Amino acid sequence: MNMPMGTSVPDYRGMSLEDLDVSDPRMFQYDYWHELFARLREECPIHYQPDSPAGPFWSVTRYEDIVAIERDTETFSSEPSIAIIDPEPDMILKMFIAMDPPEHDDQRRAVHHVVAPRNLQEFEALIRERTIEVLDSLPEDEPFDWVKLVSRDLTTKMLATLFDFPWEERNKLTKWSDMFTSDVRITAGEGYAREVIIEHITACLQRFTELWHERKGDGKEAFDLIRLLQADPNTENMVDDPLTYMGNIMLLIVGGNDTTRNSMSGGVVFLNQFPGEMAKVRQNPDLIPSMVSEIIRYQTPLPHMRRTTTRDVELNGRKIAKGEKVVLWFVSGNYDDAVIERPNDFWIERPSVRNHLSFGAGIHRCMGNRLAEMQLRILWEEALQRFETIEVVGEPKRTCNLFIRGFTELPVKVGRFQS
Amino acid sequence: MTVITFIQHDGSERMVDGDVGLSLMETALKHDVPGIDADCGGGAICGTCHCFVEVSDDLPAPDSQETAMLGLRPDRADNSRLACQIMVSDGMADITVRLPEFQM
Ligand code: HEM
Ligand code: FES
Repeated sequence: MNMPMGTSVPDYRGMSLEDLDVSDPRMFQYDYWHELFARLREECPIHYQPDSPAGPFWSVTRYEDIVAIERDTETFSSEPSIAIIDPEPDMILKMFIAMDPPEHDDQRRAVHHVVAPRNLQEFEALIRERTIEVLDSLPEDEPFDWVKLVSRDLTTKMLATLFDFPWEERNKLTKWSDMFTSDVRITAGEGYAREVIIEHITACLQRFTELWHERKGDGKEAFDLIRLLQADPNTENMVDDPLTYMGNIMLLIVGGNDTTRNSMSGGVVFLNQFPGEMAKVRQNPDLIPSMVSEIIRYQTPLPHMRRTTTRDVELNGRKIAKGEKVVLWFVSGNYDDAVIERPNDFWIERPSVRNHLSFGAGIHRCMGNRLAEMQLRILWEEALQRFETIEVVGEPKRTCNLFIRGFTELPVKVGRFQS
Repeated sequence: MTVITFIQHDGSERMVDGDVGLSLMETALKHDVPGIDADCGGGAICGTCHCFVEVSDDLPAPDSQETAMLGLRPDRADNSRLACQIMVSDGMADITVRLPEFQM
């Protein structure tokens, strides 16, 4: 686990329930969160924490309770924010992820077509080409950082491909996405200050507005997310409402960046931890789609979403007052053995493997889930064909962020098949 | 015996016998009828079992959760339903459902 001197794993089993801290991102950085959520699920499935850097909040940790809340969007609102921290009043992007019906439904329906399976087929060949390029350029028989050379590089290239973003500027996309999700208050001080984030989001809006105008009516036969927005009557004038345009662009960038990236890294780690599963998928590549679902469950790249109560409500015997923050811990629900059989096993032939909470549930269920699965499927189809061995050769380093479970470094060595 | 007809987007048809107590979604999976993904396994919380009911007797109306999920579908029609929410019941008339081009 390689924790720095002076830090240690909290004694989650020994302390009183009131003292359990569910807001410390180091539980993901040093991967010691299992015990915390296991205790909460057993003894205090609806937990109240009166004090944290993000203020007081409730934690919901059982699968069925999370689903019940996801179904009741009237009582558990996604406004004003789905992050533990409230947005600053000076920059409220209009994102439908943080809206309730009916506005949420209208906005989501308007943009959903950009990631509809029909359009994904158009993207598939290009994404495969980029994936092959990245894998073919990896060093042979010497350690390299999989996060940097594969996960990060590939998701950045995929994002640039989806937006047809100027290729030489593509790293900006990753930068913007990273900043947007790295507020200092959820990163144990390691993130960016508010002013810096706002500065970059403004730059992002500017660039995407330019691209919109360049493309509008240029008559080119091309296929990208901006043109898809322009081509649909529901969204053809979206640029005139900058907060909505930016909100949607941000959602697409952020939604598809860390999440997919970290699943790409997670897969390597899990297949190394469970060599039997690696052997199975090598023998039967038809298992790749179900392995992809299992990777996404096991990783749970977005560990939580937040809701806010619109009235006093009782849940599992606990009284929650109106206006309180309620955090849905998908990462805990995904390891809840009341619903998920042998949750700690990475098991690619798991029955009902698609039944997990990594994409959330209900009306906010991830809009990009098919796209994410396609990207991961292509990665593993190509990687397993090329590499006889994919070995983790050092301790992975993990992200210090309460909102994101992922990897910042993953030393890997690959060996190619000799043909 | 209730006969359930699934019409694929390409027009091809499959007729299968319905089992009382199973949903149309479960019936499709049981008989390997493609076109229904059922990511959530029947909880009306994923929307990937969307179908269009072409022929049926009166069915119980969708509840609020089903209505909410259907409200997200860009391809929603008046006869849209979630296949996991339609149960085959005793003495139910034959039913024909069309499946969308894709689930999402
Ligand atoms: C493995 C990859 C991904 C994971 C784990 C993931 C996870 C999630 C989660 C947990 C939610 C919230 C669900 C809820 O509140 O119930 C969500 C919503 C969303 N995701 Fe993803 N996501 C992934 C990939 C993507 C991609 C590639 C896109 C890009 C199109 C995307 C776009 C969105 C959007 C637009 C929403 C908002 C949906 C709504 O509020 O109606 N996601 N995602
Ligand atoms: S199977 Fe998920 S909504 Fe029907």
